[in-house]
Amino acid sequence: MTQPVLSVRNLRVEFPTRRARLVAIDDVSFDILPGEVLGMVGESGAGKSVTGTAIIGLIEPPGRIAGGEIFLSGKRIDKLPPAAMRRIRGKRIGMVFQDPLTSLDPLYRIGEQLTETIATHTDLRGAALRERAIALLSEVGIPAPEHRFDNYPHQFSGGMRQRVVLALALAADPELVIADEPTTALDVSVQAQIIELMKRLARRHRAAILLITHDMGVIAEAADRVAVMYAGRIVEIGPVRDVVSAPLHPYTRGLMGSIPKLDGALDRLVQIPGSMPRLTAIPSGCPFHPRCPRVFAPCPIHRPELRPQAKAQVACWLYHPAPSAQSEKPATLRGGSP
Amino acid sequence: MTAASAPPLVRAENLGRIFDVSSPWLTRMLENLPRQFVVAVADMSFEIARNETLALVGESGSGKSTVAKMVVGLVPPTTGEVFIDAMPMHGRRRAAERRRLRRRIQMVFQDPYASLNPRWRAFDIVAEPIRAFQLAASRPEIAARVGELLRLVGLDSADGGKYPHQFSGGQRQRIAIARALASEPAFVVCDEPTSALDVSVQAQILNLMRDLQDRFGLTFLFISHNLAVVRHMAHRIGVMYLGRLVEIAAADALFRAPRHPYTRMLLDAVPDLDMSGRQRKPVEGEVPNPVDPPKGCSFHPRCPFANARCRSELPPLLAARAAGAVAPTGLVACHAVEEGRI
Repeated sequence: MTQPVLSVRNLRVEFPTRRARLVAIDDVSFDILPGEVLGMVGESGAGKSVTGTAIIGLIEPPGRIAGGEIFLSGKRIDKLPPAAMRRIRGKRIGMVFQDPLTSLDPLYRIGEQLTETIATHTDLRGAALRERAIALLSEVGIPAPEHRFDNYPHQFSGGMRQRVVLALALAADPELVIADEPTTALDVSVQAQIIELMKRLARRHRAAILLITHDMGVIAEAADRVAVMYAGRIVEIGPVRDVVSAPLHPYTRGLMGSIPKLDGALDRLVQIPGSMPRLTAIPSGCPFHPRCPRVFAPCPIHRPELRPQAKAQVACWLYHPAPSAQSEKPATLRGGSP
Repeated sequence: MTAASAPPLVRAENLGRIFDVSSPWLTRMLENLPRQFVVAVADMSFEIARNETLALVGESGSGKSTVAKMVVGLVPPTTGEVFIDAMPMHGRRRAAERRRLRRRIQMVFQDPYASLNPRWRAFDIVAEPIRAFQLAASRPEIAARVGELLRLVGLDSADGGKYPHQFSGGQRQRIAIARALASEPAFVVCDEPTSALDVSVQAQILNLMRDLQDRFGLTFLFISHNLAVVRHMAHRIGVMYLGRLVEIAAADALFRAPRHPYTRMLLDAVPDLDMSGRQRKPVEGEVPNPVDPPKGCSFHPRCPFANARCRSELPPLLAARAAGAVAPTGLVACHAVEEGRI
């Protein structure tokens, strides 16, 4: 049994406000193995980015991790002091964000930014440092890296900038890379190039990748497993092939049906009525029940847990025996509004 | 869908737009810089029949939004003209005539967070075209019409009292659509109407737009970078690259048998949701800087079929047929297709 690079157990993230405590992440658990790409997909407000931010310890106060544990290669990291966490970020966890222009400092040359990152996390200095930086640039597919080393970010195109950000994320050979919407700001043709590159790099460096995106297409191309998030919870998690071609949870089904297909004729798209609930009003029981086409008795009362079904895990009463109305356990209304 | 006999509702002729992107005058004088121009759109000609959807696809910088703005009259073209019902859009004409023309054209923008005035209630946003074009005589009549429009796009007439920030992104786009329909237009230009929305909300909006088209016989010009969305919405599709139309064909023909190497590349780059394990050709390069476009066919630096002629001579849009088809299925601007090399 290989030890997972990242292990998240029962994570709960809260944002206290004057009126109520908003629960952005509620009881989320997952593992990522070395060299594995876990896709995390969901619509805006599902809590996918908050999950990423919680792992790197950058939840903005007053938001806080209110429960659960996060392990990086077996060591707990969610309770570390800020200084220790800073040493982990960039070294053991690399990060790639959506907009490559805001991840790079416009006033510094690409080479300076890269060598600074490498020098912070390794003992390389002088010529060896420069050599390593150029090797990284060439690895992420920047043509003529010796020449581009002295360029500023504005001299690069969007795709080339995202390659530089990838080089920065990989500079210290991290165990885990968190990529939050890495291709969303890019054109389709460039998006395909960046996905290919990320997959290749993950394999070569044996790094685990948490790929956060709203785009099922990107997940289908890049991920090994996928976790579907809804209202701060994972509703379905499993091998990407199974989840994409045979989704189990009614939300995942709706999501897949709502994506226009290339071979599709001019017929109607599947519609999920309504929209993602606000954090102030997460429905009781299964949070999807007010929008669910297959809602039945237990859904508004009992919260379904993730349980194995076929090759995946799904949190839905359709697949598991539901507790009867007045059975042994009272309804658990965790995360609901009061 | 295209009735060959009826005259098209919209006709663009040699539409072109050049933007001046020179540095300020003093900088130019001090540093001895030349003036710089971007040819955002060049030599675009197309027609849209009544009740038809023409989609324009392309990557950023291809000029598709500039075309949309010229077609609705927000940006004057440098060359060429747009005709709506054979009436020139940009030529000199009397104010009353221009008003009548404007009423029949509406636009839905990409970002519903930016296109609605945050200080106006939804009611006033939707009522504005009705008042501006004096389409209703009295207050109760306006109120009835606005209520009807809000219900038409799937909102409640009571929602009219709310401000834009009280709506979700999808609901805001519904308000934008209700406003566009308020002047009873014949032609609606949609510039990336769903790219700011989540997929499930996108599905709701796309379905709504299709229903409204069927119900009111609307004609759409649909601008998008998303090929799957375009496939779902359009009857015909034009592919743009660096300001020029490189291929235009019926939607199913374009997806079944793309002719231009750029169209093929775009289709290859779309992520594979069917998990069919389809072999994808790696896409090379990026869109060049439009300030300094390549000579000849602007796609030649990325094209696997480019030869000497492609590097020097601009290919014209010519009729081409899909493999196996007898009649021409569309227009393609490619020397390799014309010479039968691909």
